[in-house]
Amino acid sequence: MSRRVVITGVGVISALGHNTAAFWARLCEGASAIGPLESVDCTQFRFRNGAEVRPYRPENYFEPRELDFLDRFAQFAVIAAREAVADSGIQWTAELRRRTAIVTGSCVGGQTTEDAAFADVYRHGRGRVHPMTIPRVMANAGASQISLELGITGPVFTVSTACSSSNHALGQAFWLVRAGVAEMALAGGSEAPFSFGNLKAWEALRVVSPDTCRPFSKGRRGMILGEGAAMLVLEPLEAARARGAKIYAEVVGFGMSSDAYHITQPSVEGPAQAMRAALEDGRVPLEAVGYINAHGTGTPANDPTETAAIRAVFGPHADRLAVSSTKSMHGHTLGAAGAIEAVATVLALQHGVLPPTANFLEPDPECDLDVVPNQARRAEVDYALSNSFAFGGLNAVLAFRRWDG
Amino acid sequence: MSVEELAQRVIGVIAKARRVPPETITPETTFQELGLDSLDAVNVLFALEEEFNVSIPDEDAREIRTVRQVIEGIAKLVAPTPAGGTESFGEQPT
Repeated sequence: MSRRVVITGVGVISALGHNTAAFWARLCEGASAIGPLESVDCTQFRFRNGAEVRPYRPENYFEPRELDFLDRFAQFAVIAAREAVADSGIQWTAELRRRTAIVTGSCVGGQTTEDAAFADVYRHGRGRVHPMTIPRVMANAGASQISLELGITGPVFTVSTACSSSNHALGQAFWLVRAGVAEMALAGGSEAPFSFGNLKAWEALRVVSPDTCRPFSKGRRGMILGEGAAMLVLEPLEAARARGAKIYAEVVGFGMSSDAYHITQPSVEGPAQAMRAALEDGRVPLEAVGYINAHGTGTPANDPTETAAIRAVFGPHADRLAVSSTKSMHGHTLGAAGAIEAVATVLALQHGVLPPTANFLEPDPECDLDVVPNQARRAEVDYALSNSFAFGGLNAVLAFRRWDG
Repeated sequence: MSVEELAQRVIGVIAKARRVPPETITPETTFQELGLDSLDAVNVLFALEEEFNVSIPDEDAREIRTVRQVIEGIAKLVAPTPAGGTESFGEQPT
């Protein structure tokens, strides 16, 4: 069985705002949410900026009793899932709950809980940590909490492939629905990476920018970490039509690859292979692709390599498509990146507006693509890709088609 | 600590990090000759920061190509700095 799969609900919480409407409005303004970090004291760091969700009051979303079980990353997952489900207008039945899948991505799981627990025993000399530490830290906590809240009992699991986590998650969910294994899927990712210990680890790797994130621009100085979550509702086209659901876009293809090259340095061939695989999986003609939401981290290494990979795949058509990195606005949300960027891509197709690459200074000859600098652009695009390339050399690419009824 | 001592300590740290005999490294040795990719270089810089108890800025770190640049940069970082002054690492004297 091979069915067409469409997106019928989206939810996002990010530094750009607490819901999809705020997210999209600020993407269209080219408004970067990168600023001085407040959740961690960065005075001893070589960087101070990040993309935080704020103001954020967990008690506005959860009962105190619920919060005992919910790390920040799982809270974000549940908030995004609630919005996506409400947006889709699903009417749950016992059968649908049994046939629905949840697939989430997370890179670092309950990082802030873990950091606080370890500080308790190592630094403060306490003899015990909070008893909910283990269930809060586990990387599948977001998926499990969504399952509990909605009573979904189908296939539920979490993928952890660093910065590609939620593209891998969305890809698995897409294939489950396409193949008829699941009747519906709720998929995406969430991340809350701002703990002192985790930021120290990122600092040691020397990839975080001391100012802001300027993908594909001359003067780019590295990535900027971000937090948040996005969830998407995927269902078969016939089911969506039968219930008269609003359709955002069609998911047409998914491709994966591994560089087998270097643990942190990107390659050209691995990402190119994943893009080709996504295009083949969706039977998408090269010339039909009008937009790529790039991995675009803003590191010196990623952006020229991604440029070369796009050129290797698209040849002369690379000069006729637009490429932008919305990480310039919502930061690099690691295991949530693919999901947040999938929503950006789907909304770009739906609205006919391409979000820009913000914080752009001047062109870099090594990144000589049309990167939609600083200002959103009206453009009706038929097909779009969303790229995620992870440390460890693991690449995952999704292909979407504009929905025109 | 004399410049010579400092140079020997720097070479010792790099040799240990690369698991090669110190005699094979001179100030003129390049990171390329040592076979250091950018991640290896990050590991060497970490070892140097630990050895000399200094913090090497990211962007200066990216400019390093030779052992001599490392020695000169560390020399600046361990030298007493004027109050409020900040020293750059690896910058060539003008």
